Amino acid sequence: MNTKRISIPQRGFNFDFLMWLFTRLSALGMYVLALVGIIAALLMSARQNMTVADLMRWAFMPVPTHVVNTNIPTIDTWKSLFWQVMGILMLFLAGAHGMHGLLNVLEDYISHTWVRKLFRTLGIVVWVLFSLIGIAVIVTA
Amino acid sequence: MGLSRNVSLSDALRYQGKGPMLTFILHRIGGLSMVLFVGLHVLAAWLANHAWGTSAGIFINNIYENWIFQIFIFFCVLFHVINGLRITILDLFPKLVEYQREAIWLEWFIFLPIYSIIVIVIIRSGLGG
Repeated sequence: MNTKRISIPQRGFNFDFLMWLFTRLSALGMYVLALVGIIAALLMSARQNMTVADLMRWAFMPVPTHVVNTNIPTIDTWKSLFWQVMGILMLFLAGAHGMHGLLNVLEDYISHTWVRKLFRTLGIVVWVLFSLIGIAVIVTA
Repeated sequence: MGLSRNVSLSDALRYQGKGPMLTFILHRIGGLSMVLFVGLHVLAAWLANHAWGTSAGIFINNIYENWIFQIFIFFCVLFHVINGLRITILDLFPKLVEYQREAIWLEWFIFLPIYSIIVIVIIRSGLGG
């Protein structure tokens, strides 16, 4: 059997280390965003007027269309630039964290370097595309 | 042709990784599920905003609103969130790795009550209660 060389990540300050750090820091960032979202949902009187699913909807993506069918008295006061920025931040952190995780898992099972490169490129294209779609949804919501 | 690992499927299944191995597997399953379903959900929200895609968007969103699906995705989200916090804390403070097993027990003690309450609430509203 031929011995094959595959590139393995090197130690030190490089892209792989930065992504490793980003995965942890984006997780911390998402805890903060989700907490702010849950507190805001409670301020909107979620205790009486929201289901668990609606509470989670506002926690993970605080856009008005997400809770439009609930009994919140006035959703208009919650349509603001602040929540759009919060939504886009969550989309960026979760999207990058998720795509990096997906590629990490895939690369555990792929030995061909060119297939890895193909999936990486594909992953980045899909990530950019879905981020743009997500931003369009948030801004027009 | 994959990497030659010399590990058969039966070997892999008999691997006694126990607690840490279980969290590793569940973290991956949960993570992949979220990428897939949240990705589809973003797509559905976008489709539903356009006349030509409304029915496709509603079809995908109906899956999310099904209470059986919610029990599944809540498991993925909640486990990934709590296990991720453990990984983050232990990675940023490597000295604590010594207490990994205790941390995993603590994790289940936090996860199980919260998840049980959520499941009860979802089933109650799912059955129209």
